[in-house]
Amino acid sequence: MVATQTAEPVSVPGAGRTAAAPGPAPSRIRRFARAVLPGPAPGANGAALYRRWWLPWLWTAPAIVCAVVFGVFPFFNTVLLSFTDAKPLGGAASFVGLDNYTRMVDDSDFWLATRNSVLYAIVVVPLMVLLPLMLAVLVEKNLPGIGFFRSAFYTPVLASSVVVGLSWQWLLADDGLVNTWLRKAHLIRSAIPFLSDSWLILFCAMGLTLWKGLGWYMVFYLAALGNVPKELHEAASMDGAGAVRRFWHITMPGVRQAMMLVGTLTGIGSLRVFTEIYMLGSSTGGPGGADRTLPFYIRDVGLDPITGNAGYGSAVSVALFALTLGLTLLAQRLTKEDEA
Amino acid sequence: MTTAVEKPRRLMPRWRDYGRPRELVVRYLLLLLVLGITVGPLLWQLLASLKGTGEDVFGANATLLPHDPTLRAYRQVFDQVPVATYIRNSMIVVILSITSQLVFSTTAGYMLSKPGWKGRKAVWVVLVASMMFPFESIMVSLFLSIRDLGLVDSLAGVWLPGFVGAINVLLMRGAFLAVPREIEDSAMLDGANEWQRFRHLYLPSAWGAIMVVVINTFISAWDDFLWPLIVLRSESHMTLTLGLSRLQSSSFGYDQRVVMAGSVISIIPVLVLFVITQRWFYRGVSSGAVKL
Repeated sequence: MVATQTAEPVSVPGAGRTAAAPGPAPSRIRRFARAVLPGPAPGANGAALYRRWWLPWLWTAPAIVCAVVFGVFPFFNTVLLSFTDAKPLGGAASFVGLDNYTRMVDDSDFWLATRNSVLYAIVVVPLMVLLPLMLAVLVEKNLPGIGFFRSAFYTPVLASSVVVGLSWQWLLADDGLVNTWLRKAHLIRSAIPFLSDSWLILFCAMGLTLWKGLGWYMVFYLAALGNVPKELHEAASMDGAGAVRRFWHITMPGVRQAMMLVGTLTGIGSLRVFTEIYMLGSSTGGPGGADRTLPFYIRDVGLDPITGNAGYGSAVSVALFALTLGLTLLAQRLTKEDEA
Repeated sequence: MTTAVEKPRRLMPRWRDYGRPRELVVRYLLLLLVLGITVGPLLWQLLASLKGTGEDVFGANATLLPHDPTLRAYRQVFDQVPVATYIRNSMIVVILSITSQLVFSTTAGYMLSKPGWKGRKAVWVVLVASMMFPFESIMVSLFLSIRDLGLVDSLAGVWLPGFVGAINVLLMRGAFLAVPREIEDSAMLDGANEWQRFRHLYLPSAWGAIMVVVINTFISAWDDFLWPLIVLRSESHMTLTLGLSRLQSSSFGYDQRVVMAGSVISIIPVLVLFVITQRWFYRGVSSGAVKL
């Protein structure tokens, strides 16, 4: 199928164009194009791979530069910066040795942020591995209208974190929909302080992350579920196994690999949480900054234009990277043991 | 004359073909429950944005449905608050990102998929290495780089780190590798030079991957919040997500209906893209595991 689609247009432009082009002298653009685009090597037939040896480098250069300047270099620079007292808005920076790291060890706010991030991962990962899987099982069967439901479940993924954050903020406000309904149902007398109690903010943010990720991982699991043999389910239900037992004994083992991958991805994602806390806990990150996660804390201490210390922020960044790396290695270890 | 009339085969399946009635009812009830949970908050936002000033959005008197739907909030979004500016800024970043990502991920991905030049392994290693570091752990250094380039508080500063992503290059490389060698050989026999083969053979074959790059880039640029928050300072340069969050937290008396209208507007482009490209959209999710 690919062949019929693609081979056809190739023969149309064909050979003639580059071989003999009588007429006006090539324009500057044409000359530039000829230098930059791969064409036949001089004197060779069309089968020659490249016109000039540096062409591959030219074509890959933007990607290399971007990867180095905005990917690899910043990491090493972060490690370097963590030994200095650089300021986010510039000025002289001096080498301070391990000061930033010793400060970090004694910094209760840093440990609070670490606790929040780790707690986030501990709560979110198991739920994010299981709930979308159950949802995928629910929408897997081709019922009338199932396409609508699948797309609808995906909409929170499409909305930006800020928009869903705003939405939740209004729903959870003291006079918001949730509190109003609970009050009308006489379940509570005074409003639940969803957005002013630091623990409630943290858990609401986790809920927001889950809610937003549900559709994304549902689609992910749908692809994996296609590989679970249908016959197993049929045989099991013939033997009288209920839906729960089939889920536990057939579906879950069948998508084990996908579950490991989702676990790893959501674990890393939990350590990167920022917007949810910012939207629900305001720009301070909860009352007195009690709900700040590590990225939030990095921004606060490292990038504040007035009080920021990019050196200290970098030290916290290194800690965040170490945590992410540790989690990745742990997940790899678990996956390997699982396969063995 | 009696002939056995053959019953025409049903084209549409009947309800009972889908399973036992009780199971069906439970399934649909669950589906509706999840629908309420996932779409409810956004739908509520949409409904509230249609309310006039006379109706409460919050409190005991607030109703779910607007009694007297009006588009007033949508007009005000463009009159009162600089949402039009925010949208323009977001669009600029999105268009710049998509252009650069597309051009350079296809070129680099193509070259990486071709044998015959020294150093491609090293390039591959650099690209993979650049994906190892979470953005949040390098953003301090990134900001200092942007500062040294003099791009603080500029849209170029927002765009530049997303110039071309290694993940997209590898995605394109995988798509180009999947093009059968025989087709390229036959194209060469027909005399197509390398540019022609790239343009007329490789690019059309990788259409799916190209769509994935476009979609992913659009969503990440349109929805990004943390990086614009770090880079941008002045009101007139803010992107939509940043502007919306500022409207909400700012002290001046704002009208919630207007902010809700702004958020509804911000979802529309992504929703349109989703409807148009649904086929590739889901593929983009499952291609999250790029073949390295």
